[in-house]
Amino acid sequence: MAIVELKDVVKNYGGKGSDAADNAVDSFNLTTKDGEFIVLVGPSGCGKTTTMRMIAGLESISSGSISIDGRDVSQVAPKDRDIAMVFQSYALYPHMSVFENMAFALRLKKIPDAEITSRVQEAAKVLDIAHLLERKPRALSGGQRQRVALGRAIVRQPQVFLMDEPLSNLDAKLRVDTRAEIVKLHRKLGVTTFYVTHDQVEAMTMGQRIVVMLNGKIQQIDTPQRLYEWPANIFVAGFIGTPSMNFLRGRIGVDKRTLTDDHFSLTLTGARGDALATHAGTEAVIGVRPEHLSYLAADDPVNENVLSGIVEVVEPLGSVTMIQVQVGPHRVTAQIESHLTVAMGDAIRLRCRTDKLQVFNATSEQSLLKAPAAA
Amino acid sequence: MKDKSIGDTLLTALAYFVALVMFFPILWMLLTAFKTEQNAFTIDPHFLFVPTLDSFRVALEQGSGYLHYALNSVVSAVVSTLVGLLLAIPAAYAMAFFPTKRTDFTLVWMVSTKFIPAVGVLIPIYLVYKQLGLLDNLAGLTLLFTAMNMPLLVWMVYSYFKDIPKDLVEAADIDGASTLQTMRKVILPLALPGIASAGLLALILAWNESFWSLTMTDHRAATLAVYIASFKSAEGLFWAKMSAASVLTVAPIIVLGWFAQRQMVRGLTFGAVK
Repeated sequence: MAIVELKDVVKNYGGKGSDAADNAVDSFNLTTKDGEFIVLVGPSGCGKTTTMRMIAGLESISSGSISIDGRDVSQVAPKDRDIAMVFQSYALYPHMSVFENMAFALRLKKIPDAEITSRVQEAAKVLDIAHLLERKPRALSGGQRQRVALGRAIVRQPQVFLMDEPLSNLDAKLRVDTRAEIVKLHRKLGVTTFYVTHDQVEAMTMGQRIVVMLNGKIQQIDTPQRLYEWPANIFVAGFIGTPSMNFLRGRIGVDKRTLTDDHFSLTLTGARGDALATHAGTEAVIGVRPEHLSYLAADDPVNENVLSGIVEVVEPLGSVTMIQVQVGPHRVTAQIESHLTVAMGDAIRLRCRTDKLQVFNATSEQSLLKAPAAA
Repeated sequence: MKDKSIGDTLLTALAYFVALVMFFPILWMLLTAFKTEQNAFTIDPHFLFVPTLDSFRVALEQGSGYLHYALNSVVSAVVSTLVGLLLAIPAAYAMAFFPTKRTDFTLVWMVSTKFIPAVGVLIPIYLVYKQLGLLDNLAGLTLLFTAMNMPLLVWMVYSYFKDIPKDLVEAADIDGASTLQTMRKVILPLALPGIASAGLLALILAWNESFWSLTMTDHRAATLAVYIASFKSAEGLFWAKMSAASVLTVAPIIVLGWFAQRQMVRGLTFGAVK
């Protein structure tokens, strides 16, 4: 167990004439809590894997420092960092049995045979692979290989776990099961864990804190709930949550609390209205999640904060129905109750929950809302 | 259907014919080795004759030096192959798993040295060897064989290493293995079939080598290639004895190749089918 601290960590692969704009990872700052489960998430090429590889020591850092439990490991070889890593490909040694795969690191540390056996067997029991110890990796299914890769990491009893998209080679059902098991395992072992994924659902369900990255830069570090409720910018808002948040661009009107264009008019109250008011006369982007749009019956007298449009796509999911509605030039996704009968081509009115809206600066794309201090 | 079978038959016949053309010189060598010198020289070639072991007796008799030459061949081929592997494996390891900007160039440069005809570098190497006193010296010849086979070994071993995911090297690194331990415990066991076939090929090439053996050695360091050539003397050609000597030269390597056939095929197609 350990606190991992990354200070101004930069990775630049340093091609000809490369400068800060080419940084694969740019001034990465993060201090974990002891035993925390951190998820690095972002689209491919965002630098999340590079960051993890720098923590592992597989990649050198261009500047900054990384420390584990107060010890600066920036220049320390991977084997001396007291970390274990689960690779996306699992990277099991094909010529060794499952037992030998798990025992490999312990043998190199010259740990007595009896202890190796007991530690491997214990880990195997935890992961439910005790009956596979004599097999070679090629005789295992994908899920079993994945467990062996986890087993190889936990027998080491390292200070830090690093997991690089460990579930991406599993089928959907197994992925969900294993996801829960990794979380359980983490709770049981309490080892500080870094977990890389491009899947925001994985990030939301597993992470205690999530680092959202884009183009080598941290966009936001926060708990899943706060990422959802208080995204720092348009990218995070759109990346977290399925289906994605809807964005409507408009001009802040003279009364300073209304955002309008030719097709909608949304009036905000409270803190959200105040945020809008400070930017009166400029353009802003409103973000509204599909679950915060609700169906309005045609005869409903409500006509404030309403989006009217034509239904373009209807996707029943059973528990709810997703519809895509064309509001002027804007395509808006809404989540409505499944008992409502809505057909393609219907005119529809959607009511917007303005207390859940996000407001972003149209140029900087940063949120104009002030998130309440973290608990 | 019928057309196809006729085509097949023709193709099979052609294959046999080509095989026969390729094999005939070897067959003829084998037959000639069991003939008398007079028989070997007849204008209308004899396929049926009374075999004799006379030529083998001459080729193997005391003073013919067969064992001396054979020993030189064994030492130069085996030592050059082992030294070659010892140097090629780390080189290939570095280039396969830790490539730099210059790795591709280095690889092409290495193989480009094979484009130069040996005759082209004969004079400089001869002069250098003369100055260093390495002419007719087994160590000198072994060194030449090592250098000759080095590009091939590096390339072959490199391509086998390339088939091994780099993740394994990194996993071993994180598991606490040193570079040597990673090589010995993870990479070599996985690449062994490939390395074995590369070594075998280098061994065969060194064994069969004749250009450098003939030009750089006289007697002390001479190999079986020189021994065969010695039957072409000022007094004339001794076909039967030369054939016998040739049979004695190719036999060991053919036997070795036969035993290693399975290994060879596996090694040469290593990674092609996963």
